[in-house]
Order: sequence, then structure tokens, then C-alpha cells
Amino acid sequence: MTQYLLSVHHAGGDVALMPEEEMAQSFKDVDAFNTELQASGNWVFAGGLHAPSTATVVRIGDDSSVITTDGPYAETKEQLGGFWVISADDLDAALELAARGARACRLPVEVRPFQE
Amino acid sequence: MPVQAHEIEQHFRREYGRCVATLVRFFGDIDLAEEAVQEAFTIAVARWPATGLPPNPGAWITTTAKNRAIDQFRREAAREDKHAQAFLLYGQDSLGSDDEDQVGPVQDDRLRLIFTCCHPALNRGAQVALTLRLLGGLQTTEIARAFLVPEATMAQRIVRAKKKIKAAAIPYRVPGDAELPDRLSAVLTVIYLIFNEGYVSSAGAGLIRDDLCEEAIRLARVLAALMPDEPEALGLLALLLLIHARRPARSRADQALVLLPDQDRSLWDRQLIAEGQQLVRACLRRNAPGPYQLQAAVNAVHSDAADAALTDWGQILQLYDQLLALTPTPVVALNRAVAVAEVSGPQVALAAIDELDLAGYHLYHAARADLLTRLGRHGEAVVEYDSALRSTANAAEREFLEQRRAHTCQL
Repeated sequence: MTQYLLSVHHAGGDVALMPEEEMAQSFKDVDAFNTELQASGNWVFAGGLHAPSTATVVRIGDDSSVITTDGPYAETKEQLGGFWVISADDLDAALELAARGARACRLPVEVRPFQE
Repeated sequence: MPVQAHEIEQHFRREYGRCVATLVRFFGDIDLAEEAVQEAFTIAVARWPATGLPPNPGAWITTTAKNRAIDQFRREAAREDKHAQAFLLYGQDSLGSDDEDQVGPVQDDRLRLIFTCCHPALNRGAQVALTLRLLGGLQTTEIARAFLVPEATMAQRIVRAKKKIKAAAIPYRVPGDAELPDRLSAVLTVIYLIFNEGYVSSAGAGLIRDDLCEEAIRLARVLAALMPDEPEALGLLALLLLIHARRPARSRADQALVLLPDQDRSLWDRQLIAEGQQLVRACLRRNAPGPYQLQAAVNAVHSDAADAALTDWGQILQLYDQLLALTPTPVVALNRAVAVAEVSGPQVALAAIDELDLAGYHLYHAARADLLTRLGRHGEAVVEYDSALRSTANAAEREFLEQRRAHTCQL
């Protein structure tokens, strides 16, 4: 078994991406998918994130001091919106689950293996 | 009889894919499998000249490589590598006897491996390189030369792809029925691309790089033998054989391009044509047409004509109609227009390709130029030849286009 990060990136920032009704349906679909993942034993962990504007970056300065700044680390249009960590037999199994996740959340899903 | 070095190389080249595939199944590691086969080669080079060829070189290579890999595992197990220990505890039973290596399951190994190499999670360039390397047994430097990229670039491409297979756990198996059509289509595309790169190299002097064409045919043969129930696999093999049969007539001694209507048909390889046509007939009996089968059928019709004037264009147009219905792409529409010109005249053909979005594709401009010339619109034809010339870097194709352009200017 290999563990994979299924990450959901979106370009919306703090703005809503789709009509409210569809958003509500998407939440329901994601909930259903999460339940399936737990039932099938592929589930490790998952979560949705608040908007990028709620992020804080902490870094260590040259003098070893802690520097705290407001905002996401990368100033890109696409930001991480949520993720699953799953456990699957191989990449084909992981891609199959990712496709179901992408359908549920209506966004592209990146599949990336964890180091063992 | 003493064994020559090049003979040893030939044996290894022929057995490479089979042997690596078998070892990947046993050990689950491509690098280990390749290293083991390489070590077996080193041993053969040292021993075979003195001992002569073993009775079954293929079995010798697999057994020797397998033993080297097990030795490697033992050394790693001594260093408390968990995987190696687990393999020595549980895995060795799965090795089976050497007799088994010569029958069915081994063939399945190569099929598994080609589906791994052509997995959609790898980009096309990586798929092509891995297939040539692992199934074809080509050296990285040979693949780099064939695709005109620096060896370091190709090496990096292969290393990265192998790393991804391992890290992301890209499976080593033939896909199930539900995925098979898509996945098989990727395998066929990769083999076709290898052939095409050999047939018209995208740059450089020589028109045909035979080694790539022959390697593609070898891979197509393996695939057709392993998947005899897939008509498109047979169709691809037929297509490559029928195109390759015309190779001796396709370029003159000075490497200049000779188009189909002007080729000396006595130079065509009759044996390849017979084999290709037999495959096309077998496909027709299945009655499950696909793009490769239809293209093969078009080429079978060309092969039937003893003279260009005797070509059955009506039949070719029917086949293109089917092909266009299955794969409605501008390039298919362009090829169909060549048949339209023969059946209904250049005016109708020109109208058929007027709307195609193929600007910048040299064969589109060349086809337009040819049709315009036949309609007596020489000025417009020259403009199209200029566009075609701007769009290809192949020396033989450029020379051909230059000649056509010059000829049109004289009309």
C-alpha cells in the first residue's frame, strides 16, 4: 500500500466559485465520498481549508529570530483548498479515487505519493 | 565455433525485454532488473567466447540475471534492508523453475511491462523512451541519437520516469477490460510514434531511420502476438509492414524523396506486403474496424495496384469516409481529400480542405499547392509551396518541395 496526497487547488481565492446551490450539492457529494473512503479502508485523513487570506507564514530569519507574516506563502492565483490523504494499492487505484473526488468537489485533483 | 562479440550483443538485445520483464515481476524493481541483466551480459562477454553459446542463450541470460539479483538481495539483506529480508523470506518461492520461463507467463510479463511504460501518468516522451529502453533493449545513447536530443537529457527523462513508476506505485499489470481500450490505444500510439519518427525524422538529413522503423515493427509484432484478440493491434502491425514495404522505393540513392505515384513499384518488398495484406484480410473478417485497421486497409489497396494509374481510388475514398467518421480530425480530412481529388477532381478536393485548420502543417500546404497547380492556379500554388517550406526542417522533404516549386514556376 502506498499513501497519496490528493490535493484540490482552485483559483477562486476568497471568492465563491460556483452558484450556491451547486456548492451545497458539492459539499454533500464530498461528504458522501468521505464516507465511502472510510468504509473502503482507503481513508487516512482529509480536510477542507479556510480561504488563503486566513493563512499566516512563519519563517526563521538569518539571526534565528521568528518572523511572522500575514497571507499565504505563495502569491499565486491557484491555492490549496483542501486535501485527502489516502492509502491505495497502486497508482491506478489512487487515480480512480481521485477521479471520484474531482467529480464530488468539481475541481481538478493532484495525486502525489508520500515518501515511505 | 567461437562466439563473436556482436553475436552476444544480438542475443542480449533480442532477450532484453523478455528478461527485464520477468525480473521486474520477481523483484518489483526496474533498476534492479536492468542491472542484473547488465551483469549477466558482462559474464557472457567473459565466458561465451571460450565456452561457446549455451544451448538456450535466452534461458541462460534470465537464469544468470536472476541469480545476480538474488545475490544482490542477499548482500542488502546482510545490511538489514527490510525489503530484501522480506523477499528472501517470502519471495523466492515465486521464482519458479527455469522451465516455466520459456512458456506463457513470460509473454505476459512483457505485456505487463509495456502497459507500465505507456501508463497515462507518464508523459508521451517518457513513454516512448521507456518502451524503447525496457522492451527494445536500446541503450540510452541510442535513444537520444534517434530523437536528436542530448544524451544527458534522455538519461534524465528515463531516470525521472523510472523514479515516478517506483514512487507513485504505477502498477505492473495488464489493465482490466474497462480501462483496456484507452490504455491499449496509448501503447499503439507509442509504437506508431516510434515508427513515424523513423519514417520521417522531424529534422536532419536522412529521410528514413531504419533502425527505429524496424524496432517499432518488432514491438508491434510482440504486441500482436500477445494480444491476438485485439484487431487494432493487428491493424497497427499491418499498417507498419505495408508502409515499410515501400521503403526501398521511397527515396533515391541521393536520399531524395519519391512520392507514392512516382515510386518504382518493383522495388517494393513483396514479402512484407503479403504479410500486411494477410493481416488486413484477417481484420476485415473480424469486422470491428478501427483507425489503424482502416489506414492499413488504405495501404493494402495501394499495394494491390501494379501501377499508380490502376489504384482503386473509389475503395480508398470509402475507407477514408469510414476513418473520418471514427476519427474526425483535420489530418484525416486532408488525407481523404487526396482520394477525393482522384475520384471527383481537384476542384472538389480543394473545397473539401479549404476550411481545415491546418495552417503551418507542411503537408497541408503541399497538398493545396498540388491541387492549385492541377487547376492551373500556379501563382497561388507557389505561395503554398513557400508556406510548406517554412514548416518543415527535414532536408529530403525540403528538397522535394523546392523542386515542385521550381517546376510550378516554369508552368
